[in-house]
Amino acid sequence: MRLSLHVWRQPGPAVPGRFVRYEVKDVSPDMSFLEVLDVLNEDLIHAGETPIAFDHDCREGICGSCGMVINGRPHGPRRATTACQLHMRHFTDGQEIWIEPWRARAFPVVKDLVVDRGAFDRIIQAGGFITVRAGSAPEANSLLVSKRDADLAMDAAACIGCGACVAACPNASAMLFVAAKVSHLGALPQGQPERPDRVVRMVERMDAEGFGACTNHGECMAACPKEISIDFIARLNRDYIKGAFL
Amino acid sequence: MELRARVPGGPIQEKWDRHRFDLRLVSPANKRKYHVVVVGSGLAGASAAATLAELGYRVSCFCFQDSPRRAHSIAAQGGINAAKNYQNDGDSIWRLFYDTVKGGDFRAREANVYRLAQISVDIIDQCTAQGVPFAREYGGLLANRSFGGTQVSRTFYARGQTGQQLLLGAYQALARQIGLGQVAMYPRAEMLDVVVLEGKARGIVVRDLVTGAVNGHVADAVVLATGGYSNVFFLSTNAKGCNVTATWRAHKRGALFANPCFTQIHPTCIPPSGHHQSKLTLMSESLRNDGRIWVPKRAGDGRPPAQIPEEDRDYFLERLYPSFGNLVPRDVASRRAKEMVDGGHGVGPLANGVYLDFREAVERLGRGGIVERYENLFEMYERITGEDAFATPMRIYPAPHYTMGGLWVDYNLMTTVDGLYAIGEANFSDHGANRLGASALMQGLADGYFVLPYTIGDYLAQTKLEPVGVNHTAFRDVEADVAARVAKLLAVNGSRTVDEFHRELGTLMWDRCGMSRSADGLTEAIAQVRALRERFWREVRVVGSGEDFNQALEKAGRVADFLEFAELMCEDARHREESCGCHFREESQTPDGEARRDDSRFAYVAAWEYKGAGHPPALHKERLEFEYVHLAQRSYK
Repeated sequence: MRLSLHVWRQPGPAVPGRFVRYEVKDVSPDMSFLEVLDVLNEDLIHAGETPIAFDHDCREGICGSCGMVINGRPHGPRRATTACQLHMRHFTDGQEIWIEPWRARAFPVVKDLVVDRGAFDRIIQAGGFITVRAGSAPEANSLLVSKRDADLAMDAAACIGCGACVAACPNASAMLFVAAKVSHLGALPQGQPERPDRVVRMVERMDAEGFGACTNHGECMAACPKEISIDFIARLNRDYIKGAFL
Repeated sequence: MELRARVPGGPIQEKWDRHRFDLRLVSPANKRKYHVVVVGSGLAGASAAATLAELGYRVSCFCFQDSPRRAHSIAAQGGINAAKNYQNDGDSIWRLFYDTVKGGDFRAREANVYRLAQISVDIIDQCTAQGVPFAREYGGLLANRSFGGTQVSRTFYARGQTGQQLLLGAYQALARQIGLGQVAMYPRAEMLDVVVLEGKARGIVVRDLVTGAVNGHVADAVVLATGGYSNVFFLSTNAKGCNVTATWRAHKRGALFANPCFTQIHPTCIPPSGHHQSKLTLMSESLRNDGRIWVPKRAGDGRPPAQIPEEDRDYFLERLYPSFGNLVPRDVASRRAKEMVDGGHGVGPLANGVYLDFREAVERLGRGGIVERYENLFEMYERITGEDAFATPMRIYPAPHYTMGGLWVDYNLMTTVDGLYAIGEANFSDHGANRLGASALMQGLADGYFVLPYTIGDYLAQTKLEPVGVNHTAFRDVEADVAARVAKLLAVNGSRTVDEFHRELGTLMWDRCGMSRSADGLTEAIAQVRALRERFWREVRVVGSGEDFNQALEKAGRVADFLEFAELMCEDARHREESCGCHFREESQTPDGEARRDDSRFAYVAAWEYKGAGHPPALHKERLEFEYVHLAQRSYK
């Protein structure tokens, strides 16, 4: 296959960016999307040009490092698939592809397709945990958790923190990310003692970081590579109201 | 140099308890006077940083990823072992200890392994309390499965995402300490050297990957939790960023490197699809519980799997190992698969895999039962290959996955440099010559939550450390070394990319120092690695500058270190003229092709000392004594 890539190039946060067009030949349908960028980068280096910066690490769809908007959709066209797991058999010969970084005030561009998602870490630091000193935990089976609750917690905990939800949202809201953590910990008995404070602290931090509000577009869920349900945002809102009035 | 393992005396069951009592303590008021640097934020690093901070130490933690939550521990799928015996099937601390020593083919230190088995039960308690959503039975109790060749069900799991959930537990504990100001976190920061002053580790030198700034960080102790070196093979299941740089630099500053040739090749990975392949994806080993491995009996049989009748299929593991069948240990399964492919029985478009067939399992459990057990794995396979494994067998092939070798550490997890510790996959560890499935997560968390936080206090309590600042000449000198090396990489300005060198190194190592090794092959490999390294420094091209975000430069530094390290790995493989665990020497096998271990000559840990560029490394031996698990040849027949 032959592809035309329009890639967002931006040398640094303070410099304006622009799309640059590249032609890539001999793309195999078995290549992953990031492997196409690898091949292009090899060509760029040979030509003495600066290769395209993009975050990636595990290339198995679990570390959450990679993230780019492909033809207007975070992680590209395929349901429940990160960019690293997107394969070229889902594209057609001669296709034009537009590649951009996540765009959100809370995720400033570092370079090209790389953004700073430190805001997510700071939200977790504000309250996305259960306080347990190593050594003080009770015997694991002394805590009974119904399979239903455990499964619900796991559904929420599957979030990889990639930020696609923010990139997809017209308001650049981080509600799905925050909801996933609040719901994961709130669904378990271990998470109850800190539940009211946790949600309030995380939401305050989320707002302070400059993320927008949720207006129920549902784009986040559609873009989420782990298909985290928007139902969790309803749980977040309920927990927040309870927490705020306690 | 004398290797002192510092294994405490007494019966093995009491060693750790006694030792904990004998370890000196740092009083609560004094802990905040100490500053500990932790490099790496995977299971070992994050759990250690969080726990040290909980205890009151001041901690700085560094990771090269953009967030500590992304360390490669996150990709572990299958599970974590613990000797809880919840299934009432005869498990015990003693049995986990026994299985681990035997599974490691008698190349691990008994006392460490026993401690690991003891601590395994505390890890499950800790992680459950943190909210790790382990799989549950309907009654609300924790579920287990059997995993990777063990005959008891001792593996705890969270769907196919156990590593992710355990890491998020440790990450959240770390995040709490960052929020409290007890840990200073440095993401996108790569450690490029250790500063050793008067024989003691006193800090590290780090390159900020966004600005390119090279800075020293002073510490009272340094902990390396920097993972393994499977990426020396270029294609491995490791994340792209995984590297040997931190441990290699520590090695060059005096830390002995132990058993570098002990590398694990995982049997169930998706075969490469072409030259563009950038990494390999592991399919959890748990799939072998329900899948049957086979190849066509006739070499070169190009029929699609559905058209190959039962009588033309060779279920080679079931045939060769009737009692263990598809659940033989990883090294055995891998080597046998390689034999099949080398013999022309490979399947798939490139004839580079074997089948893992779920037809019977689907009939037995139904599609729903399979989804319940393996959930995302079938989807993952479909995404990568475009094939539906419910309808047609998966294709699998072995790939480098984990490295048992690493920095030599004593019972306290301290390297041969005072105050420099190595934990998790970065140390030479408790897995001997072969790691059992679901034991990596266990060891990483054991080291980080429950071993290092005790033992590091013993060192700090008895060591007089002069105050130093980053302006000390020791720091200035190392910073200058690091900056000079970065400049040197940029200055070569040759004609070949870093990846081209890395691929070439990887192919060479896979062929000569992969699943089976020979003296001749290794001797050639050493010469080839040297030649490749020389060419690298003459011909590599790194575009851009050292003063901004430059991923090609990061990669160049890591590959430069792999090019040095690879030689030591081959050297170690060549000197070990026995087959043991994952290390298969063609000269040391039985008539029917099984590994032959040589305990009379090689029952030791090989710890290598760096003697300077161009000088052969010096070998030091830590003899291994087996008092409790009696030396026996592994047999899975």
